[in-house]
Amino acid sequence: MDTVLVVGASLAGTRACQQLRAEGFDGRIVMLGAERHAPYDRPPLSKGLLAGAVGPEDVALRTPGHLGVEWILGDAAARLDVRARRVLTASGRELRFDGLVIATGSEPRRLPQLDVTKANVFELRTLDDCLALRTALVGRPRLVLVGGGFIGVEVASTARAYGCEVTVVTLDPPLAAAGRLVSETATALLRDHDVELFGGRMLADTWGDERVEGLVLDDGRRLPAEIVVSAVGVAPATGWLAGSGLSLSDGVQCDPYCAAIGAEGVVAAGDVARWPNPLFGGASMRIEHWTNAAEQASAAARTLLHGPAAGPYAPVPSVWSDHFGLRMQCIGLPATADRFELVEASLDQRRFAAAAYHGETLVGAVAYGMPRPLARLRARLAREQAEPLAANSTSAGGASIQ
Amino acid sequence: MRIEVDRSLCDLHGQCVFTAPEIFRFDDDGELEYLEEVGDELRAKADGAASVCPTAAIELHP
Repeated sequence: MDTVLVVGASLAGTRACQQLRAEGFDGRIVMLGAERHAPYDRPPLSKGLLAGAVGPEDVALRTPGHLGVEWILGDAAARLDVRARRVLTASGRELRFDGLVIATGSEPRRLPQLDVTKANVFELRTLDDCLALRTALVGRPRLVLVGGGFIGVEVASTARAYGCEVTVVTLDPPLAAAGRLVSETATALLRDHDVELFGGRMLADTWGDERVEGLVLDDGRRLPAEIVVSAVGVAPATGWLAGSGLSLSDGVQCDPYCAAIGAEGVVAAGDVARWPNPLFGGASMRIEHWTNAAEQASAAARTLLHGPAAGPYAPVPSVWSDHFGLRMQCIGLPATADRFELVEASLDQRRFAAAAYHGETLVGAVAYGMPRPLARLRARLAREQAEPLAANSTSAGGASIQ
Repeated sequence: MRIEVDRSLCDLHGQCVFTAPEIFRFDDDGELEYLEEVGDELRAKADGAASVCPTAAIELHP
């Protein structure tokens, strides 16, 4: 293998380059990024960078030493031709490869009833998105957030710190992907911090011409807004792979080794990759979180070089979120739990660690402000493989862990 | 291999403790403790821990 092309210049792409070099690959590595920025870290976009605590120069991804990677930035992949071993880009480049790492991540989902091209409607995915929203928040506008996931809750927290009045409209309970206990805690934290919450509600319509002046909910309620943030989740960025012959179904379908199904010498990692996780009985997963992008990219790079000898990718999913002065951490699949057991809790009730069970099986753990007991549960979870989940494919199989 | 954690960067996420409990742990006060020297058998674990550190606080010196 002479040339590896890495499509996607964020965390997964960068970690893939690091791992290729760590494994001794001394051929050419070309990395293609759609954004004009060098690789940067996304978690601060809804936290420290949005809050103004750090600047754009502080969020660059740090890599150990010189990786010898040729960067092509500000150009997106447009088409993959597996047989000719080349990727065509939006600007007309033709990039040949022997091995390909697909790490294009994901793109914000959009609601048909909310026009994100309006001047006061924001999304939050990229560094440029973040800086635009930050500029708007400084004026302490009345903000309506559509979506109660990780981005929604973190932006609500940051916007409250700016002094904005904040309303969250969400169909699912806040942080529902992390399970019932976290969701209840996040709901309480939003209320503690005077965020107005409309749960179980959908957006029906908006009013205003050049700007959105307010939102109409499905129960007819009208919410005036000075700015609106659309944070209704993401979809895997696979548009450029249409017609490539790769198997696409809510992500690039991979085998347990992160090799893309339908082509030789192609691997995928991060938000864009769907694979059966052997640790959870082969449950089909696609994970949209930082830790997975880092770990899966390393696994995918090893597979590209060594094939199945690299071993299957069998991680314990892990995600964190910082909001309202606390750190929530979640491991495994707590959204599939039917029961939580507190293992440690502090008196103020907002700090705890809990084990998540499906029947008698430990399926995950969650904590607010308590990483230490969570570490012990993590070790237990890795030992006690969550086999019954494989049988219960309606709750775990095919579900996106978001 | 020598391991060094930059305490000014470490934010006690604990991802290294999750990934490589053989090397990293929380002490009774919740502070991070770790082995500063590890043998080759723990090299992959140390690599894994460094790569999942959200603040890139772990430096490895081969």
